[in-house]
Amino acid sequence: MSLLRTAARQRCRFPTIKTVACFSQSRIVKTQQPLYEGHIPLNWFEKALMAVGSSYMSLANPRRGDMVAAIGDLTAGPVLPRLRDTMLESKEGRTILKERPRISTRTVDMAKLALLPEGTMGRAYINWLERCGVTPDTREPVHYVNDPELAYVMQRYRECHDLYHCLFNLPVNVESELALKFFEFANLGLPMAGFAAAFGHLRLSSERRERLFREYVPWAMKCGTSAKSLITVYWEKRWEQDVEKIKEEFGVWDPPAARWGKPLNEAQLAAQKRQQAEAAPPSTSQP
Amino acid sequence: MHSVTRSLTRHSCRRTPCSSATLFVRHNHTQPTPNSNNSRTTHFGFQTIPEEQKETMVKGVFNSVASSYDVMNDAMSMGVHRLWKDDFVSTLKPGRKGPIRCIDLAGGTGDIALRILDHAREQYADRETTVDVVDINAEMLKEGYKRFKKTMYHNTPQISFIESNAQALPEETFPSNTYDLYTIAFGIRNCTSVPDVLKEAYRVLKPGGTFACLEFSKVNNPLLSMMYDQYSFSVIPIMGSILAGDRDSYQYLVESIRKFPGQPDFAQMIRDAGFSTGEMHEGRGGAWRDLWGGIASIHTGVKL
Repeated sequence: MSLLRTAARQRCRFPTIKTVACFSQSRIVKTQQPLYEGHIPLNWFEKALMAVGSSYMSLANPRRGDMVAAIGDLTAGPVLPRLRDTMLESKEGRTILKERPRISTRTVDMAKLALLPEGTMGRAYINWLERCGVTPDTREPVHYVNDPELAYVMQRYRECHDLYHCLFNLPVNVESELALKFFEFANLGLPMAGFAAAFGHLRLSSERRERLFREYVPWAMKCGTSAKSLITVYWEKRWEQDVEKIKEEFGVWDPPAARWGKPLNEAQLAAQKRQQAEAAPPSTSQP
Repeated sequence: MHSVTRSLTRHSCRRTPCSSATLFVRHNHTQPTPNSNNSRTTHFGFQTIPEEQKETMVKGVFNSVASSYDVMNDAMSMGVHRLWKDDFVSTLKPGRKGPIRCIDLAGGTGDIALRILDHAREQYADRETTVDVVDINAEMLKEGYKRFKKTMYHNTPQISFIESNAQALPEETFPSNTYDLYTIAFGIRNCTSVPDVLKEAYRVLKPGGTFACLEFSKVNNPLLSMMYDQYSFSVIPIMGSILAGDRDSYQYLVESIRKFPGQPDFAQMIRDAGFSTGEMHEGRGGAWRDLWGGIASIHTGVKL
């Protein structure tokens, strides 16, 4: 175990952080260089401001995925190294860290998954995406984590969140998201999941809140704490596997049946935007 | 990797900035490509880009910010932009010498146009003054049209909205020597070629007509400058990402302010276009007047 930890530390030593003074401005507080694609380095003042602003905005408008992601990034601090270490302790997790797979419609062959037999993870995922009307492409990239590997761990968590939904057959309405957040807090320990769990239920009607605490929270706590850490699952290698077998392997079981609403139009909008971007003249496309 | 452009969506990629020896500021700044011999470049915030791309990129920024433009202005300046615009229009006193024809460039959401018409109406009982709001961006004009629908000027000859490029106002729509007052507020720094804008302004104004520009400018006081920079670069992009979900556009906006020429240089450019201005100093009798220590500045000139 200690050998792994040392190896991990050597491998992911922080790159030299250069603080740079800005041209023609005397900045009271300096900021560092970006360390990965999408990285927005913030100094302590900006972090505080962002944390306050994004937490307010996430509560005021939970559909602002970018704000939920921002507060997730900013509060993940101490937990991400622990999650990374958990990944390092399992063979599957180590493979994920080495290969750094991403889940999006470009990296996952959706057409192939749709052809898999019912009951497999891949087919269940496609069915779930369609039933909810969502797409993996709208996950906000990680911006505010300063270490590239930890940023990947956070990104992986975000992209796997939908797969947890799918595994437990939970839709994307507020009470199911909260149930899942309770589960994630118990299983992975992310503070953001904790905050969402602690405050998110205030938005529910009392009837739904009562159901959440009566049925879902006990499930989430028991299941989350007793199961193996789901961050180590290499979903891309398990598309053909039976869903029930995966659940058995990781020691999880289904929550009580959820309330399903109409599918969202998120996937439709994302598809339209992609079509427009492809149809538009490529005058400002990146090389 | 070098990249000339960046898309201004939330998911934009930020490459590593260029070396510390050359100019750059913090992060999300792409490397300039080596210039081919014949391409001209201009600035887009702190990036350097081929000139022909600036218009499209600025268009992209304003398409993105249009719907939350007024809210964001209030948030970023804590309402002070309203004071500046009030000051700007009351300095000009539109309607004092009778009804006039005004043209407001980069006037998208109609802030200045509305103030001009209200001033003429309230101070001088003038209901014949007209304002043509011109903007390169249709989304911004739509917002302006929507705002004017809530006022008494909707569907009157006093207001019209025209989509056009300030650097090349078509002669059929904007004949020479037509307008008494040309205003451009917080717009000129987004134009690719400021001298061309000034040239067109000179053309469409009547002899005796006034050119007036309200724009962000250089703060000379070092303490104020330090606080202003800190606020601009730390607070504004974050406000943009929280309120409007768009950090990049607001990063561009604060960078573009830094790239705009200072007061004396801009006053000289106005003179070079043929206008007569006050003397090369600030304040009474001068070519410009600073607001709030130079955070904003009003430049005026007259076509003789």
